[in-house]
Amino acid sequence: MPSFLDMGKYAAFVWPAYGISAVGIVAAVLLTLRAYYNARARLSAIEQSAK
Amino acid sequence: MSAFAALLARDIRLATRAGGSAMLALAFFAAVAALVPFGIGSEPKLLARVAAGVIWIAAVLANLLALDRLFQADYEDGSLDLLALSPLSFEGVAVAKVASHWLTTGLPLTVLSPLLALLLHLPIAAYGALLVSLLIGTPAISAIGGVAAALTLSIRRGGLLLPLLVLPLLTPVVIFGAGAILAKLDGIENGAIWLLAAFSAAAVLLSPFVAAVALRLNLSE
Amino acid sequence: MFSYANPKRFMELSGHILPWLAALTAILFIAGLYLSFAAPPDYQQGDTVRIMFVHVPAAWVAMMAYGFMALASLVGLVNRHPLADVAARQAAPLGALFTALALITGSLWGRPMWGTYWQWDGRLTSFLLLLFLYLGYIALWNAIENDVRAAKAAAILALVGVVNLPIIEFSVQWWTTLHQGESIIRKDGPSISAVFLWPLFVMATAYTVLFFTLLIVRMRTDILDRRARAAVLGANA
Repeated sequence: MPSFLDMGKYAAFVWPAYGISAVGIVAAVLLTLRAYYNARARLSAIEQSAK
Repeated sequence: MSAFAALLARDIRLATRAGGSAMLALAFFAAVAALVPFGIGSEPKLLARVAAGVIWIAAVLANLLALDRLFQADYEDGSLDLLALSPLSFEGVAVAKVASHWLTTGLPLTVLSPLLALLLHLPIAAYGALLVSLLIGTPAISAIGGVAAALTLSIRRGGLLLPLLVLPLLTPVVIFGAGAILAKLDGIENGAIWLLAAFSAAAVLLSPFVAAVALRLNLSE
Repeated sequence: MFSYANPKRFMELSGHILPWLAALTAILFIAGLYLSFAAPPDYQQGDTVRIMFVHVPAAWVAMMAYGFMALASLVGLVNRHPLADVAARQAAPLGALFTALALITGSLWGRPMWGTYWQWDGRLTSFLLLLFLYLGYIALWNAIENDVRAAKAAAILALVGVVNLPIIEFSVQWWTTLHQGESIIRKDGPSISAVFLWPLFVMATAYTVLFFTLLIVRMRTDILDRRARAAVLGANA
């Protein structure tokens, strides 16, 4: 293991902290993007059917 | 009789009738405090240490009971619209409602509190601090609760939302209120009672204006 | 009367800068993560100091988001600017997320120090209360059916919250000095050595840019939803 990734006895705290932060941020990005693309698709579908 | 006095008198009469909110709040207050020994044990030394906090928490929760109906009942049957047309300002309505709430909930709780303090083995020396802290702090609970009630009056099942809105805002009241009693118990001066008084005064003075904005908002749509 | 002028301009402008913001966010995170792991272990705290690089930025955004929400609420109430209400509403879930992250990472940071996963210290307790304030705000928006009324009520709540927040913080600080006789190890010490400042600064900037990037996407989504609703009403008219 590269020395800069070795957290020694604190590994059990450092990695979960980074892990949960990553999960939270990635989840937020994915959910935000999904809602956006859904909204865009919904709007164009409605505008299409109105024509 | 002025519109303010009439509103105040009517609300007090409604709250103090049999089964009204005054009696419910007192019963709830006592019930919560009585439940505590079953949860944490009845050892007098332990209870004495937590009595101040328990009584304060029970007081806050009991005050919340009547809050969601504070404006909602009048909103639903149209009385609030009539009040809007009366010479009484929205600020006046808010003051009357909050005052009636305190007079029928906070004040009776304060009066009953020494009895609960007895049950929870609070040392007698702290009874004065208990009464003073509740007397000063409960108006703040009614005032801040009144603002939240005005904001949520159009929500039909707003009952559960109101505690979520109010409890974080009441943190200082519980901290300083219980802190004032603990100061007496520990024999130290920590200024809690003055901080409580300052917070309470600010809450009571400012809340009618905020509540009035919320009332106007909810009646205008 | 829903004026299309401002939201339309917002959609155009945001569409242009969004790719740049997203790229900037990615770059900042890559740089920040590198710096976070390249930094040496702290003399006292060892490698746990690295948790500071994800905790402090999250905490900063949590507080900044609430201030932003309150400011947007004020603008919405006073100026009636339609975008202000949208901005406030969409900022809240993001703020709540970062508050939760701050709490979790704060707890993990404290565990090696305190021996417990939770400690009622001033910082963590304040953030717990901040989380409740966010949740209450979101709940209020969702509970009121009328959109205009919901926006104004939530705005009032946000402003009441922002005024109370310093008071709550003060009372919690006061309370910790009352109850904790023993000294709490201050997480960021009397002075942070310079070698930790850069990772902290870059990560904090990364988190901030991320917040605004996500906020803008959420606002665009909100506007698209409103257009869809209006289009449905128009089609049925």
